[in-house]
Amino acid sequence: MNKELKRVSIAVLLMFVALFTSSTVITVFQVDNLNADSRNVRTLYDSYSAERGPILVNGQAVAESKAVNDPYKFQRVYSNPLLYSAVTGYFTLNQGTTGVEGSLNSYLSGTANDQFFTKISSILTGQNPKGASVSLTINPKVQQAAFDALGNNSGAVVAMDPKTGAILAMVSKPSYDPNPLASHNTTDVIATYKKLLADPTRPLLNRTIGGDLYHPGSVFKLVVASAAIDSGRYTPDSQFPNPPTYQLPLSNTVITNAEGGTCGGTPTVTIATALRLSCNIPFAQLGAALGADTISKYAKAYGYGDKFSVPMSVTPSTYPINTDVAKLMLSSFGQDEDRVTPLQIAMTTAAIANKGTLMSPTLIKEIDAPDLTVIQPFQEKAYGQPITAQTSATLTQLMVSNVSNGAASNARIAGVDVAGKTGTAQNGAGKSNTLWFTGFAPANDPQVAVAVVVENGTSFGNAVAAPIAKTVIEAVLNK
Amino acid sequence: MPPSNSAPTEKIGRPAGRPIEAAPRNTFTDTIRLRLRVPAKLRNLELVLLLFACAIVGSSIALVQLGALGKLDGSVLVIGTLLGVLAIGMHVAMRFVAVEADPFILPVITVLNGLGIAEIYRLDISRHLTGWNAAGVRQIAWTAMAMLMALAVILLIRNHRVLQRYRYVAMFVGIVLLLLPMLPVIGQTVNGARLWIHIGSFNFQPGELAKIALAIFFAGYLVTARDSLSLVGRKVLWMRFPRARDLGPILIIWVAAMAVLIFQRDLGTALLYFGLFLVMIYVATGRASWVILGLGLFVGGAIIAGRVLGYVAGRFNSWLDAFSPTIYNEQGGSYQLVQGIFGLAHGGLIGTGWGLGRPGITPLAESDFIISSLGEEIGLAGLFAILALYLLFISRGFRIAFAGQDDFGRLLGVGLSFVIALQVFIVLGGVTRVIPLTGLTTPFLAAGGSSLVANWIIAALLLRLSDSVRNQPRLVVE
Repeated sequence: MNKELKRVSIAVLLMFVALFTSSTVITVFQVDNLNADSRNVRTLYDSYSAERGPILVNGQAVAESKAVNDPYKFQRVYSNPLLYSAVTGYFTLNQGTTGVEGSLNSYLSGTANDQFFTKISSILTGQNPKGASVSLTINPKVQQAAFDALGNNSGAVVAMDPKTGAILAMVSKPSYDPNPLASHNTTDVIATYKKLLADPTRPLLNRTIGGDLYHPGSVFKLVVASAAIDSGRYTPDSQFPNPPTYQLPLSNTVITNAEGGTCGGTPTVTIATALRLSCNIPFAQLGAALGADTISKYAKAYGYGDKFSVPMSVTPSTYPINTDVAKLMLSSFGQDEDRVTPLQIAMTTAAIANKGTLMSPTLIKEIDAPDLTVIQPFQEKAYGQPITAQTSATLTQLMVSNVSNGAASNARIAGVDVAGKTGTAQNGAGKSNTLWFTGFAPANDPQVAVAVVVENGTSFGNAVAAPIAKTVIEAVLNK
Repeated sequence: MPPSNSAPTEKIGRPAGRPIEAAPRNTFTDTIRLRLRVPAKLRNLELVLLLFACAIVGSSIALVQLGALGKLDGSVLVIGTLLGVLAIGMHVAMRFVAVEADPFILPVITVLNGLGIAEIYRLDISRHLTGWNAAGVRQIAWTAMAMLMALAVILLIRNHRVLQRYRYVAMFVGIVLLLLPMLPVIGQTVNGARLWIHIGSFNFQPGELAKIALAIFFAGYLVTARDSLSLVGRKVLWMRFPRARDLGPILIIWVAAMAVLIFQRDLGTALLYFGLFLVMIYVATGRASWVILGLGLFVGGAIIAGRVLGYVAGRFNSWLDAFSPTIYNEQGGSYQLVQGIFGLAHGGLIGTGWGLGRPGITPLAESDFIISSLGEEIGLAGLFAILALYLLFISRGFRIAFAGQDDFGRLLGVGLSFVIALQVFIVLGGVTRVIPLTGLTTPFLAAGGSSLVANWIIAALLLRLSDSVRNQPRLVVE
């Protein structure tokens, strides 16, 4: 009987070895896959129950987690949702995250590698895990001014400090309220999300850095002018023929200047005047003379075609290299396949304002651990030097006269030299225009570079976009 | 040993156990005085271990409160203390009636039962259940009841050989208990398996008690029948197979197991009884052919049942392809199994800590999936400790079988401990995907009165058997 008992004992032992093995396999070898499984709601709950860090603007939380009595433990609350939704983005249970909530999720949720030791110490001390707080470079006064000035228009405003790259305002309209998306009722979240997605005004788009991008229209002339002057091939006084209409080579398309007629009434016109009055025909000729490769080189130096993270990723703006002269001419005053983000336009202006040095744009002022130690300080980073300081001084002069004595008259501020450029991009026959203004001030010591875009315009950039930019600049300069 | 011989043994077995008791007993108090003077080393060890067990359980419940409530609440600890007192009462009783009983069994099952209560209580907190609605409160009441039943078994059955006399009664009781859920009115189907009876507000799973009755019957029957089962037969290849006329019993048990599989729709229970029988017949006869024959019959039956019965096929699919989205989302698919595995993974090596996990997400987290709930909160480390406790309990039972003097006691010992081992394997193997998931309860841990009562009675029988084992050699030597 003992022989049988031994065998049965071995069988029992083997049964237990199987259990030891199977539980080890699950908790040690498969654990990463299991925790990453989308059906594993425990992981989801975990990411929510750590107290997510706040997003701060000037020390005030614009997004924060408040303790609630449900399995998720914390409810994300946006205190000024419409004003900041373009920046904060949303944080949902089942529809993903966007904006700073999405791109800095690992810091906010406390899972970033930089926070490893914080995590360990909170385990050892028995404290609840807490995410880092993110301070933004946004100036609430400027943000509010931009938001109010844009009114009911669809469009966007970006303001940045040209010397540091800090983004002072980022407004995209129409806006949306991220609070219902942060609901813990997933059915409600899906319903809200679907409704926002189906909205023809597309409120979920952050128009400052993404979406379908815009034709830049005349604001692109700053890039062409940069190429002309910085390459040394032209000066502001270089003359171009000045017809009232111009038929593009090998094409039936006839282009005109925005106001109709010639540019200033003289037989020839200088680049300076053409920029000041924002004339298309001289710039079309200048573009053809420069060639697509030269313009493209300068566009790239300003950041076209590159991916920026602010920390949200910015859709690259494009300038096509056209071999076809007609298309090259169209693209030289911001039509054809030129597509830009308002941020790219603000960056171009900021580089001109900052003696030709382009600073990388960013929204992050500082990331702080819950114990207030700084995880990531403000990082001032030069992206490049698209133009020389001398070119920048020349362009600044041209842009100042553009406001004081030219097409951008509505951006004038008493006692301050404002440098600016308007744009009115056409989106095709029968379609409304995209209205632009970009500029910086004060011209001798720039504090702010701004880009304003208004969709579905019927008039000109100077009429609609310039006053908005003026309000934003005034908010920065405390006027 | 024939039943008639057991009467005198029973009379002399206890008092003659040690020299000091050989003197005639005059009064009851006299007896107590004499017994108390005997140094009870094993009982002292048991007391130390039992206090340790109570400390583990008490701190677990306290940690559950700190983790899930954030504060200590006296009420449940008071009830827990009452259970500790009851366990110690059982210990004290054994100082008188089972002095030489195994000292590990009681502390081990106290820890297991207490860990179960702590986890069930923890789930009640997350579900905001209080009073009689709380499974934890009911579990505590059932534990008290189970301990009293176990105490009664130890007190009433002074000699296990009495049980051999009642082997056919046990058979009858076992079959009746098995069949009870199939009766109309009182029988009840829970989660597709018809394993419950329902009288008034009282629910019971009689199959749990049936396993004791069947173990007694198998042991008694096999002791008398094993000669004819093992000696004669035809040799096929290297193995001696039984005669056709001796196949009767195994066929009856097989039919019974298949009836459970088909009518009660529970693969686990069928496997448990049939496995119990196979191991006992193997130990009794020493013939591996019985195991091969039995396994062949069972697997064959199960495969046919799998073809015919949808639920068996479903269980197999959920086991083999648990993570497939179709099976996961199916009604009665692998959702529960996968959520249980997610729970285990969530716990990882050291667990989330008592009261800090989310075991409530898994359906039936307090009964069928108590082990994944525990795994989530006390981690792989805790699971290993629990498995080690089971292994210790089972090894103490096998010890009885190895060291015992009478074959009935040895068979009963191996049967009772193996049925626990097999049940642990079937449940935990189901939860961790070693085998298909079935609806058995985890011994001592899972919420459920019938299972607790049955397992405590098994423990009491093992205690009684172990006491006899240690006493018998002296009987012979003297």
